[in-house]
Formats: sequence, structure tokens, C-alpha cells
Amino acid sequence: MTTNYQLKRADFIFKNENDWEEVLSKNINRSPQELINELISSELKGRGGAGFPTGLKWKLSAEAVDETKYVICNADEGEPGTFKDREILSRVPFKVLTAMAVCGHVIGAKEGYIYLRGEYFFLQPELNKAIGEFEYYCKEINLDFKIRIFMGSGAYICGEETALFESMEGKRGEPRNKPPYPSSCGYMGKPTVINNVETLAHTFTIFKYGAKRFYDLGVQYSRGSKLFSVSGDTPKPGIYELELGMSLADFVDEFGDGDTKAVQVGGASGFLVPRKRFSETAIGFQGKLTGISLPTGGSMMLFNSSRSMFNVLDNYLEFFREESCGQCTPCRVGCQQLLKGIKAVKRGEKNAQYLDKLLRLAETMQYTAKCGLGQSVANSFSSIVENFREEMIY
Amino acid sequence: MAKNIKITINGVTVEIEPGTTILEAARQTGVIIPTLCYHKDLCVAGNCRVCVTEIVGQKRLTAACATPCEEGMEVLTNSLKVRNSRKHIIELLLSEHNADCTRCYKNGNCELQLLASEYKIMTQDFIRLVPFKKYSIDMFSPSIIKDDSKCIRCQRCVRTCAELQGVNALTVAHKGDQMKITTFFEKTMNDVVCTNCGQCINHCPTGALVEKNYIEEVWDAIADKTRHVVVQTAPAVRVGLGEELGFEPGSRVTGKMVAALKRLGFDAVMDTDFTADLTIMEEGTELLTRLKKVLVDRDEEVKLPMATSCSPGWIKYIEHMYPDYLDHLSTCKSPQQMFGALAKTYYAKARNLDPEKIVSVSIMPCTAKKFEANRPEMHDSGYRDVDYVLTTRELAIMIKQAGIDFMKLEDMHYDRLMGESTGAGVIFGATGGVMEAALRTAYELVTGRDVPFENLNIAPVRGMDGVKEASVKIENPLKEWAFLDGVELKCAVAHGLVNAKKVMDSIRSGETSYHFIEFMACPGGCLGGGGQPIPTSPEIRRKRAEAIYAEDEGMPLRKSHLNPEVIKIYKDFLDKPLGEKSHQLLHTKYTARERF
Ligand SMILES: Cc1cc2nc3c(=O)[nH]c(=O)nc-3n(C[C@H](O)[C@H](O)[C@H](O)COP(=O)(O)O)c2cc1C
Ligand code: SF4
Ligand code: SF4
Ligand code: SF4
Ligand code: SF4
Ligand code: FES
Repeated sequence: MTTNYQLKRADFIFKNENDWEEVLSKNINRSPQELINELISSELKGRGGAGFPTGLKWKLSAEAVDETKYVICNADEGEPGTFKDREILSRVPFKVLTAMAVCGHVIGAKEGYIYLRGEYFFLQPELNKAIGEFEYYCKEINLDFKIRIFMGSGAYICGEETALFESMEGKRGEPRNKPPYPSSCGYMGKPTVINNVETLAHTFTIFKYGAKRFYDLGVQYSRGSKLFSVSGDTPKPGIYELELGMSLADFVDEFGDGDTKAVQVGGASGFLVPRKRFSETAIGFQGKLTGISLPTGGSMMLFNSSRSMFNVLDNYLEFFREESCGQCTPCRVGCQQLLKGIKAVKRGEKNAQYLDKLLRLAETMQYTAKCGLGQSVANSFSSIVENFREEMIY
Repeated sequence: MAKNIKITINGVTVEIEPGTTILEAARQTGVIIPTLCYHKDLCVAGNCRVCVTEIVGQKRLTAACATPCEEGMEVLTNSLKVRNSRKHIIELLLSEHNADCTRCYKNGNCELQLLASEYKIMTQDFIRLVPFKKYSIDMFSPSIIKDDSKCIRCQRCVRTCAELQGVNALTVAHKGDQMKITTFFEKTMNDVVCTNCGQCINHCPTGALVEKNYIEEVWDAIADKTRHVVVQTAPAVRVGLGEELGFEPGSRVTGKMVAALKRLGFDAVMDTDFTADLTIMEEGTELLTRLKKVLVDRDEEVKLPMATSCSPGWIKYIEHMYPDYLDHLSTCKSPQQMFGALAKTYYAKARNLDPEKIVSVSIMPCTAKKFEANRPEMHDSGYRDVDYVLTTRELAIMIKQAGIDFMKLEDMHYDRLMGESTGAGVIFGATGGVMEAALRTAYELVTGRDVPFENLNIAPVRGMDGVKEASVKIENPLKEWAFLDGVELKCAVAHGLVNAKKVMDSIRSGETSYHFIEFMACPGGCLGGGGQPIPTSPEIRRKRAEAIYAEDEGMPLRKSHLNPEVIKIYKDFLDKPLGEKSHQLLHTKYTARERF
């Protein structure tokens, strides 16, 4: 089975979309149940955050009883260094629009929104043109589905689904309590499917080629391909579509500069993997090798030996301290304490054992924070501090 | 009703209604889970996280206040993981908090302090963040002090101001470590739509929002032998004060309160209930006059519905939010301000005192009354009509400072001249009370008969529904009121400004056509006022209301126009309701204000 963990390129996402009209008209004539089954058997998991099975997500919203439902495309793309959703929306927008309309058909929604990151305002004219063309075709085939763009406010936390709803409702972008979940109570308190741009683009592939084509990519628990934003100490930064399940060692062979000491998988809210773990780490949702998941961007940042891991962590914590919405205690105060804490240790104002106290604090944040932001600070914090403890102290 | 579900809490099986949160389920079974951002009056926020509990099988902990129980759930409220996490959270809150308890107004009645003492947080392991923060204290309002260094960002105040009051004076600004509770453009509290109602104070778990207290000023006045210090007590104080001094909610402590005030050294202890009765005479007459002008004279200048004006929080609210409706307000001052104006005129004359030497103090369930007493127009006696306004809480502090064992006090009576009241005056303290008192008198004035409600109890205007309606049909009126024959007097009662908003909007849209409306800024009326004992809850307010109505039932006189001191003041001083002297001393004007 080792062969499974090799790096394999794929090319689905950006492949031509000229046949979107056909894909749309064919699929809205299939029954919601059939489409849900197709998605479930593809084992597609969300590409925006927690990796929730997309078929199940649509199923739950389809089962919710309500006159009004919504489909929302999450294009807030706030993770520093990632821009794959932007690429999808500018290169293959019709895939996303088609997927949204099929989702509307499946769950019984007549309205869709694209929550577009504020900084992506320049995409708006082209996207609106595409939407115009798309809706024109919908009318032709008698499909009642409208798509509107909602411009985001620029805060990272607004990418969190419930904060995103709040922000769309004109309120302060603060995450809500869960339950209730969006599938029963989302935007405007109505059943809502919210998916990442890339997730929607993958559903297009599935609806076009069938679940098997997708399922055959990747490994168990981590099916299909995924866009990765490669950055840091690499000779070839950029966006790459790769099959899930590759080992990190393979990845570093391909993208490293020969001196890679660690890779941050999944951006600020992901994990840092040190060199000694490269070969035992697979990139996927629930690998046999590790439990690494792929938060938001599929961001892969490579660090070579010239990098101070203290500075890396310092940067991440700075980011979280600012981007926490500030409502819940563990995240708001915890981020401040972690940041001030590592600085104090570095300066010798606190002894090295203080790092252990901070590790326990990070764990508490993971257990008790209200949303994914605060819960995931421990990922980078603990993986960096545990693997590079000396760099934190000296 | 849906079938009950079973869960276990700390191993004990409990059966509960579906939809019950873990917190409620625990409370029902006698398990206490600490909370900070949770409040019974407000929607759930789930942001402080001190209520986290463990659900067996789940890695992450769960906020008990925000999570509904599910069949078969096994909840642990005191596992090692829970305790460690909770302790961390309290430590974090304290690291950001200016924990200067001995110098804090809330020392001894602070939810954060209580939690810290339960968890015995004796060390400061985490870095103290306070020195890095630019916390500010806003002392510009005559009613409220807002000290950001004591704020734990639970947003109870924000939710209170939005959900109960619909004012939205307080908001959350900024994010991350900069996140804070503030006002429109970070202006001071006296410079925004804030109505000074004090509900945010009542709902704040810490010392971040407190009333501006005037305790020392009053002690100084009492100590000054050249001064004659007169005190009045509002109707709702007598059913709240006990809570601060060891009694259960709903205890009536009128006589003990009078005795305590005498012991504190006030020269005269009199009753705002007296001017409440007087308000009924003035406001009732004003209503009937307005009805006549509208129904008979067809005077377009005169506006209906007429709205009551005894709640200064409501007054400031309408001045900001519906400035085009100020003509609808009764011109009557609040009972507090009527009392103040009379203390330095009528009372001074009768007692042969120099009004300049009189210090007039009032004990109020209210923080908006502090602002009201401070309004520039409230100088009709030639002096500041009310010098100091103390809340129920401040009075309790003075009683404790004076070393008075409140429980042991013998009941005493109010001093004469402005100390007599009827049951009608007392019920001013509850939502619907002003309406009920007004109807008891107005109906009798017009028909010569009692209001057609059993035992004078006008049930439709009682209770805690946000908006209540009642109508009274006038039949066989006395000759001079013949024009009212057959008129159905339509009344409404709203308490909590969010309900006031509903009623005002319905008037504006033409959806409703009332004649007379009672508005009270605070939930439950004055008994739930912003100056009343903390905590407050629907249950506590219900008990206070029961006490108010019991007080009413126990009074020999229950109609304002029968108050002998009211009869006397019209005979000796005021002449008649809406007379010239009344106009000068008991009525006022309003000011349109900006809406931010
Ligand atoms: C702090 C935070 C930021 C997030 N930002 C994004 C984002 O920018 N884009 C996105 O698609 N999902 C983001 N998510 C994940 C969303 O909450 C949500 O899970 C996702 O949109 C669901 O789509 P999926 O099932 O297609 O992955 C974020 C989550 C958190 C906790
Ligand atoms: S975890 Fe952080 S971002 Fe999430 S709700 Fe709490 S404070 Fe806000
Ligand atoms: S708010 Fe509470 S904990 Fe803070 S200083 Fe005051 S009494 Fe102490
Ligand atoms: S006093 Fe009343 S109006 Fe003012 S901020 Fe507090 S709750 Fe809002
Ligand atoms: S002022 Fe009081 S109620 Fe408001 S957030 Fe701060 S601590 Fe909570
Ligand atoms: S009381 Fe539950 S989170 Fe604050």
C-alpha cells in the first residue's frame, strides 16, 4: 500500500468548464436523493475548514423542513498566503455557480450568495457578468435560482461560517454557539449549506464525471485532489492540484530547497511538522500515519534551516491575537498570554517551565474556545513549542 | 408536549424536557455550574466559557449555558479536565482585570470576585495584562460610571441595552485584544442615546458599570447642623431594600426603612407616594382635559394618546428616539421632582424653614432619576428641587455603614405633611400601577362610582407581559362629563423600552389608537429599576410585584383623591389640579435630542 502515499499531480479544478450548461441541465433533472448519494459515495470532504463530508452536509439541509433555504459559497479566503479560491473564481467561475445551483436544487433553495473577501473587490465585475450569463441560462431552462455577491468586511473571523452569517445579517462578525448548525439554522435562521469555493468546484467534477473518478484519487478517508498553496523556502511557490494522501517526505522532495527543516501544513491554524516526521506524515484528513487535517487554504509553508521557529510562532500568535473576534475568554486572553508568554521566556523573564504552563493553556483553549479559531491556536503553538523548544528559550 | 429525555449529570440520571440546556438541567437537579455571561433576562451568548462541562466521549468541553441536552448525554460538571479548564479561564479573566477589590464599588457583590474566591486563585501565574491596556473610566454621566478596567467583556450590558431596552447605546468595538464595550464613536455615556435607566448596571456581573454614588455628599449634609435634610422614598424601594439587608425578595420593609432613615439622621422622612397620588390628580385631570379638547372642542393642537411622564428613562428615550412625539407626553413632572419642588416651597413654608437651608434627598429604585434631578429646568422652587438622588443600593450601604441592625428595627411612620399615601401611590412601583391608579381616580371623578373591577384591582394592566392593554367603557357619567358617555377609554401599558418602542411604532403607523399609555423604562416597572438590588431576574421582579400589590391591599385608602394630605395641599397651597401653582411647580417641558 506504500505506493498510495506518493505525490501525484491532478488536473480537474482548472480544466475547461465550457460544458457547464450541459452539466447543469443534466443534473437538475436528477433527483436530489440521487445527487446526494453520488456526493456521499465520492467521499468528498469540505476543503474550507473542518473537512465535513459534503454529501452529508447537503443531505442534512435537504432534510430540514423550511420554505426558505440558502446556499452560500464561502469565498472569504482569509488565511495569509492562500489565493486558490480567488484563482478558481476568476478562472472557472461557472463551475462554482453551477455547483451552487445544483445544491439549490438538492436542498430546495432558490437563493445563493457568494461571500467574497473584501480585498477581492476587483473580481466583482467579471463575476457579476458570469452570474448574469448564468442566470440567463437558468431562466431558459426554467430553473429558479438567483445568485448574489456579498462583499466581506475584511476580518479573518468572518470566514468562520456562523460569523459569516452574522456579518451578512448586518451584525458584528462574531461566531455563534453550535448547535444549532447551519444545516438547520444558518443565514437568517434558515437551513443553509455553506461550502468553500474549492469544495463546490469539486462537486462540479463529481457531477460531471461521476463519483468514481473522484473517489479513485487519493487514499482511504482522504479522497480526491486538492489545491495546495505552496510558499516559504521553495524554489517553486504557487498553486498545485495534488492528490490527497501523499507523504510529506515526497512533498518536500518535490517542493523543498534541499534544506527544509519543517513544514507548516494548513496555515496558521494548522500543524508544524519537523523534518524527522516528514516520512511518517501523510497529507489528508485522517491518515493512517497522522491525524493531520487540512484547514482552509491547503497552505503549505516550507521553512529551511535559516528560519527561527520562534519568529514563526511569534508571527502566528500576533495574527491570532489580532484576528480573534475577542468575544470568548480563552481565545481573547489566551492569545495575548501565549504571545506575551513566549516573549517573556525568550527574554528570560519567565523560566523554561513556563512553556509547559503555556502548553496546558493552549490545551484549555482547544477544549473551551467557542469557535475553530481559538480551538486551533494550540495546533501550531504546541507543535512548534514541542518540536523546537530550544529555539523558544535560547 | 414532546416526550422527556434522559441524561446523566455526574452519574445521576435526570429526566428533562427536550430543549432544556445543560445548565438548566443541572440547576433543576441541584448541581451548580458557574456562569458569568449568562443571565436569565437575556439571550444566551456563550462567550465567557466558565460554564464549560465535559460530555463523556467528546474531546472538547461544552458551554453548558448554550447547549441543549440530548438523549443519553453523560455530563460531567466537575471532572479534572473541567476544573483545570475553568480555573484557567478564571485566571485569564483576572489577568486582564484590574482586580482592585478593596477599592471597588462592587466589592462583596461581584460575580467575578465570588468565582475567584471559590476557586481560590491565590497566585498570579499568567502575565498581568492590565499595565499594557489603556483602560479608561467614564465619569461624565450623572448616573453611571463605566470603568473598562473592570470589564470582563461578557456583553451582558450590550444585550441588556439592545434586548430589554432597544436603545443600543452600548456596543462591542474592535477585535482581538483590543475588543471592548463602548458607545457610538466612543463618546462618553452622557453624550449618547443612553437613557440612564441603569439596566446595564443591574445586569453587569462586575464593577465595570456602577451608579455614580452620592453617599458622602448626603452624609455631609446630614452632619451639617445648619441644614435641614428632607428625604423621600419611592414606592418600589420598600419592596427591594430588604434584599440588600438579609431579607428574601418580595419582603415589605416600609416601616423599618422609615425607622432606618430616621436613625441615619434625616430631619424629615416623607414619601414619594404622596406625590404619586398628587401626580394622579394632575395627570388624571390633564387626561380628562385633553379628552375634552379633542372630543368636544376638536382642538387639533392637543394630542392623544397621552403618555405618562414619571419614568425619566422613558423621557430621555422619547426625547432621543421620537422627538416629534413630545406633545404626547403628559406635562406632569415625575413624583420625585414634584416632591422636590414642593419640599422647598410648600413644606418650607409650612415648617417655617428657609428653603435655602433645605437639602432634598430622594431614595429611588432608579439611576435615571439622578440625571433627572440634574436637568437644568428642575429648579422651579427657586433652588435645585432635588439635591441628591440615592439608589436603593446606596441607601443599603448607608444603613450598613451606620451600623444599623436592620432586621431588629421597629416599624415607624412617615412624617406628616407629605408622608401620607394611598394604595394607588404605592402601585406606581409596578408596571401598570400608574395606569391603575389613574383609572381608579379618573373613573370615579367622571362617574361618581368605583372603577368596574373587583376590589379596585384592574387585573388587565397587571403582570409581566411587555405590552398590556385595557379598556374601560364610561357609562352614565356625571353631568359635567356627559361628553364621555359611551366612550371606551383605551389604555396601554409598556415596560422595558423595547416594549415602549413597539407601542410607539404602532402609534406612528396608525395601527393602534389609544387614549392613554403608561410607559416605564425598566422591566417590571420601577420595582425592576436600575437602582434596585442586584441580582435581578423575572422571578425576583415577580416577587417584588406581589409585595407591591399586597402593600396596596393593606392600605385603608386606595384611591389617590382620598389622600387627606393631597386634599389638604390643594386646599392650602395649590388650589386645584392644573391650577397656576401646579403649572409653576409640578409641570415641565421636554427637549428634543439627537439620536446617537
Ligand atoms: C477562523 C476561521 C476562518 C475560516 N475561514 C474560512 C475561509 O476563509 N474560507 C472557507 O471556505 N472556510 C473558512 N472557514 C471554515 C468555515 O467555517 C466552514 O467550515 C467552511 O466554509 C465550510 O465549507 P466546506 O465544508 O466546504 O469546507 C474558517 C473557519 C474558521 C474557524
Ligand atoms: S475562539 Fe476566538 S474567534 Fe472564536 S469566538 Fe472565541 S474569541 Fe472569537
Ligand atoms: S469588579 Fe469584582 S473582582 Fe473586580 S475589583 Fe471589583 S469586586 Fe474585585
Ligand atoms: S443605562 Fe440603560 S440606556 Fe444607558 S447604556 Fe445602560 S441599559 Fe442602555
Ligand atoms: S460592562 Fe459589565 S456587563 Fe458589560 S461586558 Fe463589561 S463586565 Fe460585562
Ligand atoms: S455562562 Fe456559559 S459561556 Fe458564559
